[in-house]
Amino acid sequence: MAELLLETPPTRRAGLWLDAWASLRRSRAAWVAALVLASIVVAALVGPSLSRYAIDAVDWTQASLASPPSFANGHWFGTDTNGRDLFVRVWIGTRMSLLVAVLATVVSVAVGVAWGATAGYLGGRVDGLMMRFVDVLYALPYMFFVIILTVVFGRSLVLIFLAIGAVGWLTMARIVRGQALALRQREFVEAAIALGLPARTVIARHIVPNVAGTVIVYATLTVPQVILFESFLSFLGLGVQEPLTSLGRLVAEGALEMETSPWLLLIPSIVLGTLLLCLNFLGDGLRDALDPRRPR
Amino acid sequence: MSGAPLLEIRDLEVVFDTPAGAVQAVGGVSLDVHEGECLALVGESGSGKTQAMLACLGLLAGNGRTQGSVRYAGQELVGADEAALQHVRGTGIALLSQDPMNTLTPHLRIETQLVELLLDRGLATRAEARERAVQALREVDIPDPAARLRQYPHELSGGMRQRVALAIALMGRPRLLLADEPTTALDVSVQARVLDLLGNVCASGLGLLLVTHDLGVVAALADRVAVMYAGRLVEVAPVAELFAAPRHPYTAALLAAVPRLRGDEYGRLPAIAGTPPRPGQPAAGCAFAPRCSHAVQACRETKPDLRGLEPGIDVTVACHRPLSAVAQPA
Repeated sequence: MAELLLETPPTRRAGLWLDAWASLRRSRAAWVAALVLASIVVAALVGPSLSRYAIDAVDWTQASLASPPSFANGHWFGTDTNGRDLFVRVWIGTRMSLLVAVLATVVSVAVGVAWGATAGYLGGRVDGLMMRFVDVLYALPYMFFVIILTVVFGRSLVLIFLAIGAVGWLTMARIVRGQALALRQREFVEAAIALGLPARTVIARHIVPNVAGTVIVYATLTVPQVILFESFLSFLGLGVQEPLTSLGRLVAEGALEMETSPWLLLIPSIVLGTLLLCLNFLGDGLRDALDPRRPR
Repeated sequence: MSGAPLLEIRDLEVVFDTPAGAVQAVGGVSLDVHEGECLALVGESGSGKTQAMLACLGLLAGNGRTQGSVRYAGQELVGADEAALQHVRGTGIALLSQDPMNTLTPHLRIETQLVELLLDRGLATRAEARERAVQALREVDIPDPAARLRQYPHELSGGMRQRVALAIALMGRPRLLLADEPTTALDVSVQARVLDLLGNVCASGLGLLLVTHDLGVVAALADRVAVMYAGRLVEVAPVAELFAAPRHPYTAALLAAVPRLRGDEYGRLPAIAGTPPRPGQPAAGCAFAPRCSHAVQACRETKPDLRGLEPGIDVTVACHRPLSAVAQPA
């Protein structure tokens, strides 16, 4: 490897990913979004351990249980109506929301891409069967499905991941299948088949990387969807359980107190809003960066 | 050209099921390709030559059906299962296709595309495969092969890409190469280099089935020529024989239509009157009869079979009234 690098004359080493990376760095909005997103992730990871309060510790020393943000007493974001530190709760909640988002996105990408690429590549009857299965899942009323799951298995985090994952890959599968169907006709795919490569290699190496642009962009758009959906589930009381929390829950709880303790609504809303905004900007930037027709 | 042929095609038929009914693209083609031999399959667009070649490798579109027999080194390929076909592809029969701009996968480095067959079949270790990749690029005259390995297809010119495609096709050390109009998309100087390389391929003992409509390419490269018209073979002959004395009126007309530098400077280029029959509307007699100046009633009524002409000459022709070696068409 080192030898090869030395022998290589300084030609332009351009590839899909390098080009995309360079293009992304040049797009200021996407770059700023990525930085803000990174700081939110860091805050979610280390934030709770910076505070001297625990997530479920009630601070009886304040004049009222819900005290406004203050640097003097260490409640940087104030406390909620139960006297618990909001700073800790917001970052734990962010952690939870990001976890749900990442897991759902991983399922959506892994299952959706594999399913869609296989169906599109194989075509014909197999494609028909696989996509009808997707249609059937699509047709199930989603909320109803989640509610039944929660009722049958009780509320648990794993169940939320499963429920969101089970439905999150459907759109991805449809998108990838459409692309794979078109790529199947391209000469380089035919050449790969003529070379004697087995179907799984052709799919994994010659088709899937070609849909990477679309997949990444759709994935970044999925993340906000999933965070909002988890918030919705939590709002209905089907989401994460106390004392754990998520951004969606915090916003829902804050909304009840917005006349007396506005910070309970404002702070989690700002974090959630910033998160979603950043992800959408990043998705936009990635879409532009991975679009080969875009002039560079 | 002794011993059993590498590729033995017998009565190959290719039929496509379309909404308008079954369309026969190839009807009863029989051909042999021997080791070290270049057989050119010529014919105009739509004469079925590409489909015949794809059928050999089981690469027809989903609605295509193949009948007859294709044997590679004794192994029957028509009706063989996908695993068996996969095994023959690449290491037995390789395919070089027409368009160098699209045959390489755009997002993979040249190296990945060269070595993937070897690694996938477990024929070489990564280091050996890279070694062979460098060697393969050197064999197709790519300068600085080690550097090229790290590049992407869009960084190479069209001629270079076609040579890389040839290198990829040869990586599995196939015994037979099917080339589908390998020079059509290239400019003349690059064409010459690719033809040289294909000549070397034949000289090294591979069988080459060259599908083309360029008679110049045929003259430069082929040992034998098979002429196709409307899905059927009309004439199979050694290349010198075919150019010197075409026996089928279609072959003669095809040769007459090649522009020449010498000759009647201001004359019109002879063209073949009429249009080829549309597939799906088979004629009762010879498919060329409506356009043939030699046709008689028999030509329109019965299909001529491919048959040997004279003892001692390796020419077969499907014509009721083959041209004699002496009488040349005007």
